Amino acid sequence: MPETYTRPELVCPAGTPAALRTAVDAGADAVYCGFQNETNARNFPGLNFTPAELEASLGYAHAREAKVLLAVNTFPPAGKFDLWRDAVDIAARLKVDAMIVGDIGVADYAAKTYPELRLHLSVQAGASSPEAIRFYCQAFGIKRVVLPRILTVAEIAELHSEIPCEIEAFIFGNIGMMAEGRCSLTNYATGLSTNMDGVCSPAADVHYEDDSEGNLTTRLGPFMIDCFAGGENAGYPTICKGRYTCSANTDPYYAFEEPISLNLSALLPDLMKAGVTALKIEGRQRSRAYVKAVVAAFRKAVDDVMAGNAPALANLLALTEGHRETQGAFRSKAWR
Amino acid sequence: MTVQQRPASVTLGPVLFNWQPEKWRDFYFRIADEAPVSTVYLGETVCSKRAPLIEPYYAEVAERLQAAGKSVVFASLSEVLSRLDRKLAEQICTAEGFLVEANDGSALLHLKGRPHHIGPLMNVYNERTVAFLAGNGAQNVCLPVEMPASAVGALCQATRDLNVSIEVQVFGRQSLALSARCYHARAHGRTKDSCRFVCEEDPDGLELSTLDDRKFLTVNGVQTLSYEYLNLLREVPALRAMGVSRFRLSPHTIDMVEVAKIFAGVVAGGLGVEEAASRLEAMKPSAPFANGFYYGKPGYTWNGASAV
Repeated sequence: MPETYTRPELVCPAGTPAALRTAVDAGADAVYCGFQNETNARNFPGLNFTPAELEASLGYAHAREAKVLLAVNTFPPAGKFDLWRDAVDIAARLKVDAMIVGDIGVADYAAKTYPELRLHLSVQAGASSPEAIRFYCQAFGIKRVVLPRILTVAEIAELHSEIPCEIEAFIFGNIGMMAEGRCSLTNYATGLSTNMDGVCSPAADVHYEDDSEGNLTTRLGPFMIDCFAGGENAGYPTICKGRYTCSANTDPYYAFEEPISLNLSALLPDLMKAGVTALKIEGRQRSRAYVKAVVAAFRKAVDDVMAGNAPALANLLALTEGHRETQGAFRSKAWR
Repeated sequence: MTVQQRPASVTLGPVLFNWQPEKWRDFYFRIADEAPVSTVYLGETVCSKRAPLIEPYYAEVAERLQAAGKSVVFASLSEVLSRLDRKLAEQICTAEGFLVEANDGSALLHLKGRPHHIGPLMNVYNERTVAFLAGNGAQNVCLPVEMPASAVGALCQATRDLNVSIEVQVFGRQSLALSARCYHARAHGRTKDSCRFVCEEDPDGLELSTLDDRKFLTVNGVQTLSYEYLNLLREVPALRAMGVSRFRLSPHTIDMVEVAKIFAGVVAGGLGVEEAASRLEAMKPSAPFANGFYYGKPGYTWNGASAV
């Protein structure tokens, strides 16, 4: 007898209005995006939405029965809170389907000012235990938590029974090694903060250098992050995916993690059984072509599982960072 | 100046590294006897596997510190994930008779409605967050190490009517990231579960170098710290004027009693900043000083006092 599943929401990234329309057309149940400023964790040049674009996008998505979630998930430093308050005010006025928050002050402002505005807890809040999640639910009426990418499927299943809100879990895309919302490595090297400015490894501080022997060196600020021999696939320099040495490892090694992407397509049925309400695809910084291919593939996979069939997934390896993929922490805690 | 300032003092953050339990105990005995600090934070904030190693000494260390007139605050675990983590966080938060410093969201649940402190590994960046946490019971907030002076000043200004004191780390390696994965174990080809406490080999952390041999970061279990030591000695008077009343030292193997004396001299005003700075420089810690975050610059950099 086939197992029955509750149909999960497929939550997809959009860095631009065009990408949002692409994601909706490819079968996204919900699309998440941010404004063109520090109020979200993908504050990259050329990315994100003006308020007018968000309004038009809400119209497009709602006409096709898709939701739009707005990420206001960074941490306003004192003296700049107004920018985040404006973002919350606009989100409430335009009636986004939910707002994704990380900062306690922002969550408090939103919950007190707009009690009807649905709040999701961003992965940036770093709530990795039932107790932490319950704290946020009690304090701000959080309806859904986006889980850190560090829990196994078994742990997610257990967590599900211990918290009063829905679970959203990442299934595909870039996987950062550090606890989200708790990493100042970019600020340490560049002076721009992931938490306060919404940037990770900003392009303006990235440098590539070829040497005479065909080796390619990548740097963030003054720090060498990696060095690739000719022909090696060179990754974008992020500190947590670089190669370093230490007294215990005098040969270069990936001290934190290898440059690989998360792909949980094989674990989809397990995640759906574990009680995950929403499956999230990372990649607001990625192209429309990428969004289209990944969303369509996961739309089909989820529909296959729902129909009782084994998910036949297209090969997504070519789209992953470094063209290598992992199930990260989700399969086993030996990853830690 | 019309605003009444809180009395200022030097505090000692928790030992972040895996020190031998007896060395850990003796370190605090000496702090109790000799260091001019008002508050000492005790406890394992980085790894729940390490906690049982020092637990047998909590009582005598806390007693000795309190007998010396120092306040003792227990610091909670920063990355709470496994059953063991959760149990440890709950034990610390529900212990009778001690204040607790919360370092993650689970501690906020356990401590709700009771007086407590907020640790630097919590994200407290603005006045609205401080106000909310004060309503939850927070009396003291140690700000994240990456906060620039402009935000520290604005936060102090906007929270002066709340009954919350503001603390800032001014010495020691800067915590930059936390993870579920143990990088100490990884460096030795092990996992967190099979680590065999290899982190005990590095009492100031394991230094990582870039491939062109530049010292860069320091690994401490699931925590990543700066290579450089934060030194905000010259900035103490400015922080004091903003309204910061507590100045935190993060312990290293360097003579922390001497470090405490130097900072306490500047905080109290009896020791000139330049003389204090040259005394601190003469101690020659194993890595250079940095103060970049304070000036809104990269955290590894060293900036003259005129940079602000």
